Amino acid sequence: MKKELMLYLHVPFCVRKCHYCDFLSAAHPMEKRSLYVKALQREIRERGKEYSGRIVTSVFFGGGTPSLLSPAQLLELMTAIRETFELSETAEITMECNPGTAEEGKLRGWREAGVNRLSIGLQSMKDEELKILGRIHDRETFLRTYEQARLAGFTNVNVDLMNALPGQTMQSWKETLEEVLALEPEHLSVYSLILEEGTEFFEWNGQGRFTGSLAIPSEEEDRAMYAYTGERLARAGYAQYEISNYAKAGRECQHNLGYWTRKDYLGLGLGAASLLGSVRASNETDLDRYLADPLAGRREEILSRKDQMEEFAFLGLRTIRGISRREFYSLYDENVDALWGEVIRRNVADGLLLDDGEFIRLTKRGLDLGNYVMAQFLLD
Amino acid sequence: MSQIDQSKIRNFCIVAHIDHGKSTLADRIIEQTGLLTSREMQAQVLDNMDLERERGITIKAQAVRTVYKAKDGEEYIFNLIDTPGHVDFNYEVSRSLAACDGAILVVDAAQGIEAQTLANVYLALDHDLDVFPVINKIDLPSAEPQRVIEEIEDVIGIEAQDAPLISAKNGIGIDEVLEQIVQKIPAPKGDANAPLKALIFDCVYDSYKGVIVFCRIMEGSVKKGTEILMMATGAREEVVEVGYFGAGQFIPCEELSAGMVGYITASIKNVKDTAVGDTVTDAKNPCAEPLPGYKKVLSMVYCGIYPADGAKYPDLRDALEKLQLNDASLFYEPETSIALGFGFRCGFLGLLHLEIIQERLEREYNLDLVTTAPGVVYKVHKTNGECIELTNPSNLPDPSEIEFMEEPIVSGEIMVTSEYVGSIMELCQERRGRYLGMEYIEGTRALLKYELPLNEIIYDFFDALKSRSRGYASFDYDMKGYEQSKLVKLDILINKEEVDALSFIVHADSAYERGRKMCEKLKDEIPRHLFEIPIQAAIGGKVIARETVKAMRKDVLAKCYGGDITRKKKLLEKQKEGKKRMRQVGNVEIPQKAFMSVLKLDDRD
Repeated sequence: MKKELMLYLHVPFCVRKCHYCDFLSAAHPMEKRSLYVKALQREIRERGKEYSGRIVTSVFFGGGTPSLLSPAQLLELMTAIRETFELSETAEITMECNPGTAEEGKLRGWREAGVNRLSIGLQSMKDEELKILGRIHDRETFLRTYEQARLAGFTNVNVDLMNALPGQTMQSWKETLEEVLALEPEHLSVYSLILEEGTEFFEWNGQGRFTGSLAIPSEEEDRAMYAYTGERLARAGYAQYEISNYAKAGRECQHNLGYWTRKDYLGLGLGAASLLGSVRASNETDLDRYLADPLAGRREEILSRKDQMEEFAFLGLRTIRGISRREFYSLYDENVDALWGEVIRRNVADGLLLDDGEFIRLTKRGLDLGNYVMAQFLLD
Repeated sequence: MSQIDQSKIRNFCIVAHIDHGKSTLADRIIEQTGLLTSREMQAQVLDNMDLERERGITIKAQAVRTVYKAKDGEEYIFNLIDTPGHVDFNYEVSRSLAACDGAILVVDAAQGIEAQTLANVYLALDHDLDVFPVINKIDLPSAEPQRVIEEIEDVIGIEAQDAPLISAKNGIGIDEVLEQIVQKIPAPKGDANAPLKALIFDCVYDSYKGVIVFCRIMEGSVKKGTEILMMATGAREEVVEVGYFGAGQFIPCEELSAGMVGYITASIKNVKDTAVGDTVTDAKNPCAEPLPGYKKVLSMVYCGIYPADGAKYPDLRDALEKLQLNDASLFYEPETSIALGFGFRCGFLGLLHLEIIQERLEREYNLDLVTTAPGVVYKVHKTNGECIELTNPSNLPDPSEIEFMEEPIVSGEIMVTSEYVGSIMELCQERRGRYLGMEYIEGTRALLKYELPLNEIIYDFFDALKSRSRGYASFDYDMKGYEQSKLVKLDILINKEEVDALSFIVHADSAYERGRKMCEKLKDEIPRHLFEIPIQAAIGGKVIARETVKAMRKDVLAKCYGGDITRKKKLLEKQKEGKKRMRQVGNVEIPQKAFMSVLKLDDRD
């Protein structure tokens, strides 16, 4: 059987930068976009040579705003992928899409190029919340994009949502959630806001602008929203399978699951990260340098056995399934309990971990305090 | 070389308030006497410890010898003896002054006289030194040399009309300073043929030479082979080498004779044998009596010092041992704390001395430390007639066994511009000061005299003084003695467990206030845990204040995509590292800096 590989393609363009976003993206001019697509193709073909024997099971176009790519540009990229790798017939091919950047024709074009899963960045159904976030769309725009995606034939759609936003209340969150559930997407990602250093949000918060009617929900309110989300989605038939991800049966995102189970992935494009066996790599992060030579400026880090085991543990704990003792033993020829027996016992006693003998997973409270638990799985 | 004409020697020091330019003037004198070229000069030759340079103060007295060709055509030997400028080192200052025949008083042309200037000048005059003033920083826009000259004449009562107006920083007026050193500082007197009588004013430990004794020869002479006797400590050794001080190096010579300043080495292994202020004499032909003024140095401030990582205890012990080789005023003995494990109770001359040692341990010996709140030495009179000197609050006997307690009192002088007199008096009042009087100096400035309990000034008094006078107040103090006082031990309970390292002694009247602030402070310092943590302050088992650290509710990263893994891991590592720097008390983890919380309770500013 051929070795599997997942591909991530980064598209660093946006119409404009959102106020909370710290991803590698910016509002680059049109000419840069087409140059970038050319450079990315070159990287796919050149870099891909080393992995030509692999079978690609997942392709993910992330950003930035990949939906700014025209169907023709996307086709060029997919063609490069097909000509370089063996693409599995059942491969999950996801495209991130921002409301207002795609109409039905464009969406059909992507489908024809092979995209079979759409991830729409809604964030909120409340226009005032979207405005504070700096999103370019409103509720209406989203509803139109969602409808056109269905018309274009997408049957596997994710909707991204955010909570713990400035000014958000439990009430407004419930209303967002109900409206989205009425649309019956196959998958939901719900992230609670993180104030990342270097973003406008971080700065505004430092200036004390998130107070009064724009107050960021307290830790207590944040957790109440999180708990409500889990319960409400379960009732609607969505199972939680990771800290922030929920899906209808069989609709879990294979690509993201791959990250959490440490499958091999090749990141292509500006700043993209890869995990290839024991090597973690990340691409050049300066756009002009990348355009000049998309193969240069890549940094590689060899992961020690210890690094790999630690990652296995803390990434595995993000999933609701948890860490498998058997899988760990087969990968590292070592027992989970020999390394973390004491940590597991302690956290089980504190009510943060569940241990069924084979799997070790976070409890409800453990999900709230994931970092606290995961930090204990780092080895000395 | 050995026959030096005493009339061609000038032994002097420079006295000044911190920042008035003492070290810079010393550098210029060394530079312009041509001992070193500009290229060889480090920025500040006399201060050769990194730490000193950063703090802008001189910690240990040192000396340098230079040769100056005066306008009269003669060559003069200058021995410049540097003195520490801080009140913690008053005794060392007095010994350095005793090694001199005169002093240069440096006064900042903009700032004028400050409390420390006065204290140092009076100390110099007490030692019968001839003092001549120099007005520095005359190139500052705010300089008022004439006003400062009048101030010196009015306040100190020394002639200042022909004081050189200089800028040490920019090399202005240095020639005049050099000439005045020759003219105004008297040459040493002393019979070179009398029995040896030399004053120790400093010593350093060198791993090759052993202890190097810095001394001023008052009478007689010393050379290689002389069997010397330290009159106070009784140590006897044969001299291996004598010499004088080049800039930053020791230059051996044949003999040191009356009037000279230099060093002696004699394979002395223990710095304790060479006490500053002691008299060195010839063991076979001793002088009749030692020089006056020798005092045994006493620790004024104590605190517990513990390694953050318990396994580093031996490293801490070795580091303290090495530091003590060079600093006989540092005291330490092992102690054990329930909260902190094995460590040391250390004694210091004052809070600055404490901070310097702490920083040197961390910087030069790479140790991560937990320091407990500093305290003074209390005298505890027990009902059975016994009196104990208490340096660690944990050792306070049961209240039923205590008859009464005494605390050390200092007499302090604060110099401040008149607009801040009110707020400084208020501060002294809050710190249980006893007002003794006030003198006005030239209308705009006042000298306040107070008696203050030492334990009220070792915490944050200096900071409070500065912030309440916008930096204009300066302070100097002397030990006065012990007085009976109503003192209690304040205990801190974290999650119902008493944390011994957080206990401190406080005056009964301020116990409630301190306890409340301490709880508030600790509430901010202790991170949220899985459970709620009560923090209580108690006196003799009675709780007087309480705060609560709420249970942790959220500690999770919502998003973790492929590229984020390295960053995510760094975050977890940081979290884990943070835990290592905590101390486990019961099931609560307390960060290191929480143990110093008591130091920062004056948050009204």
